[in-house]
Amino acid sequence: MLKIVKRPEGSHRRETLMRVSAVFFALVASAVIMALLGYNPFLVYAKIVEGSLMSAYRFRETIHKTIPLVVLSLGIAVAFKMKFWNIGAEGQLYMGAFGAALVAYSLPTLPSPLLLAFMMLVGAVFGGLWALIPALLKLKFSTSETLVTLMLNYIAIKWVSYLQYGPWKDPNGIGFPKMAAFSSGAVLPKVFGIHIGWIIALVLVVVIHILLKKSKLGYEIAVLGESDTTARYAGMSVAKITVTAVLISGGLCGLAGMMQASGIERTLNDQLSGGLGFTAVITCWLARLSAPAVVLVSFLFSVLIQGGAYLQSSMKIPSAVAGVLQGIILFFVLGSEFFIQYSVVFQKKKSAGEVHDA
Amino acid sequence: MSDHAYIELKNICKSFGSVVANRDVCLSVNKGEIHALLGENGSGKSTLVNMLAGIYSPDGGEIFIDGKPVYFSSPRDAIEQGIGMVHQHFKLVDVMTAKENIAAGSKTGFFVRGKTLSGEIAAIGQRYGLVVNPDKKVYNMSVGEKQTVEILKMLYRGARILILDEPTAVLTPQEIQTLFDILRNMKNEGCAIIIITHKLNEVLEISDRVTILRKGESVSTLETAGVSPLELAEQMVGRAIKLEVERTETQKTAEPLLRVEGLEARDEENVKLLSDMSFDLYGGEILGVAGIAGSGQKELCEIVAGLCKATAGSVRFMGEEILGMTPGKIIRKGISMSFIPEDRLGMGLVAGMNIVDNVMLKNYHASPGLFMDRAAGKKLAEKIVKRFDISTPSVFHIVKKLSGGNIQKVLLGREVDMNPHLLITAYPVRGLDIGASYNIYDVLNEQKRSGVGVLFIGEDLDVLLQLCDRILVLHAGRSMGIVDPRVTSKEELGLMMLGRGREGEAYA
Repeated sequence: MLKIVKRPEGSHRRETLMRVSAVFFALVASAVIMALLGYNPFLVYAKIVEGSLMSAYRFRETIHKTIPLVVLSLGIAVAFKMKFWNIGAEGQLYMGAFGAALVAYSLPTLPSPLLLAFMMLVGAVFGGLWALIPALLKLKFSTSETLVTLMLNYIAIKWVSYLQYGPWKDPNGIGFPKMAAFSSGAVLPKVFGIHIGWIIALVLVVVIHILLKKSKLGYEIAVLGESDTTARYAGMSVAKITVTAVLISGGLCGLAGMMQASGIERTLNDQLSGGLGFTAVITCWLARLSAPAVVLVSFLFSVLIQGGAYLQSSMKIPSAVAGVLQGIILFFVLGSEFFIQYSVVFQKKKSAGEVHDA
Repeated sequence: MSDHAYIELKNICKSFGSVVANRDVCLSVNKGEIHALLGENGSGKSTLVNMLAGIYSPDGGEIFIDGKPVYFSSPRDAIEQGIGMVHQHFKLVDVMTAKENIAAGSKTGFFVRGKTLSGEIAAIGQRYGLVVNPDKKVYNMSVGEKQTVEILKMLYRGARILILDEPTAVLTPQEIQTLFDILRNMKNEGCAIIIITHKLNEVLEISDRVTILRKGESVSTLETAGVSPLELAEQMVGRAIKLEVERTETQKTAEPLLRVEGLEARDEENVKLLSDMSFDLYGGEILGVAGIAGSGQKELCEIVAGLCKATAGSVRFMGEEILGMTPGKIIRKGISMSFIPEDRLGMGLVAGMNIVDNVMLKNYHASPGLFMDRAAGKKLAEKIVKRFDISTPSVFHIVKKLSGGNIQKVLLGREVDMNPHLLITAYPVRGLDIGASYNIYDVLNEQKRSGVGVLFIGEDLDVLLQLCDRILVLHAGRSMGIVDPRVTSKEELGLMMLGRGREGEAYA
């Protein structure tokens, strides 16, 4: 007879150990699936590592994926801390990129540092304002931010598609639906061969960590996340805190969009993100909203994404395998939460039927 | 009569993680007996009856019903053995009628025949003296009626053993009498009844025998006839205690601290929650508020604290109108509210945060700069922990992992430490055991001595009568008047709570 028993208060180390072992078991389970599909799992894993880390170019590509994932995850963490379920990072990224492109196309001749700073500012503001829509709707009409942020994603993506196929189509593109490249001043400079976004991302990790852990705003966000009646009772302004946190959240996602457009694509297009805004929800959650952990998790996920792409070209294995891996890891880590709190024990059978425990 | 008891629990053990809730608990109840379970909070009463009701399964020990060993793996098994439990929080579907609730989950056919059902319910009701309109919706019912429906539900399912978990906590004295009459009828019909309560006088009034639990162990089983309340209390606590609540005599301030006039509040559907409420509260007094749960206590507290809007009237604090001010501004004026909701943690404390972050909740913004001054918060937390004797492994312990009494002490400690002029406290001893409750009363008296005006929303009428200087009685959002507890009886209070004025001819 199986019985579910609540565990005594576990130590922090044991919890971490359980989460790490969850990842390990996820890899084992994925290996079984791959073996069933007729692939050698060891080879697949080796190829993922090879394809993501084993050359300067591949490593750079992996970091190129890590940068937006980190910044997006940080943005999502700020909102999630408040239990504001912002799953609109994808849309906020596109609106941020749109804002940056607007500046890049309007003022191409501005001195580069000034132009880039302006692009960042406008990108962050556009992302923030896009996130503000669901926040205001929630404050005013108690709508579900989950639904509204999700739907705004598609509006943002289609808006960029519209620009790409319509008014902003490059007249010199010989009929191709693409936008003109940014002027050289609007492209992020490189440090060690990777666009400067990696430094910005690391700085933001520190800033957001301090914001959430040490600042009064972070405290207010956390209190509001636990209970808005308590926040009101303590004399906090729910509207002010919500608006501020959501502006920061969307702003970071918008900034990620600016960096994607300026640092990677050097233009605006509707393939800019490729779902990073959704992957970031997973990485943020796996990092348990902790800024330092976000770096590690985002890097590992980038390895999966980049390695998955390599699988396709080198082994003719669909890159969807990497997607399956991501899903299985998430499933196991979320599942491990149950085992962190409860343990299943075997008990001698006493009577017919199973035991339901509350 | 057979020689074995109807219900027999032998050496029951149950642990939750490292916490032992029951250790070798023994209990035996006969047919036609009302058996009281008495014990402080956390003594394992609820755990024990939950095992009898099939909600938990014991880690060790045996349960016998009518001499036969039984094993419950779900509440359904317990119901089949004729065991019914009425929980503290009713498990009824609000939008359904009494009879729909009664029939729900029982083994009738696919269709529910309304007329037959009404007839059956009426028959059971007549037998035991339960009166309820089977077609009344639950949301239109008073607490007493809901409880009647719960009991009927159990009887309809064929319960011969009824377990009641703190059934009187939410009832008026008159409703309690009705309940006790029902229980006595059931007893005469040969049912066995187990009743959990904190109130010693109720144990003495209703039960035949009483089993006392202390720290998860059964200490003793006594014949109720011939025990004194003090004896019971000392058995329960495990040491000698006093049972009177002290009323400190102090000098009230000349001017009222808080003047409430013509206060009215409505909910979203424009239904009046408070109407024409007026009273004065002076510094150096404890003004009690008595009323059935949901008579407007919550709205009154929240309006004074700025959390809820009033539709008419005025609330003046030291002569200044505070209606319409933000909660933050009202806190800075020195009005402090510690509202202990039913779940204890809903408002006032942040359950998932540690003690340090919780004691900083109301004054974190007082320190300069953008960052939290957690060093100061730690000092404050240590001070409060020491002053109120809060037992916790450290000040960085998560609040929701503390015991109920300690949680309440953290909340009240923070409020008192802010040196308020006006302290609003609602149900501060809710769910606390005797020892912890007396500590809280001492704190309130100490506040009163130092000139603080205390608005005390209470539940236990005995305590209200002993502790307060004046008592405001609420009924359905209206003030029924302010009485002097020195010359008012519990029955008078009860009638006023039911909406009958003091001079009303309705009572004889």
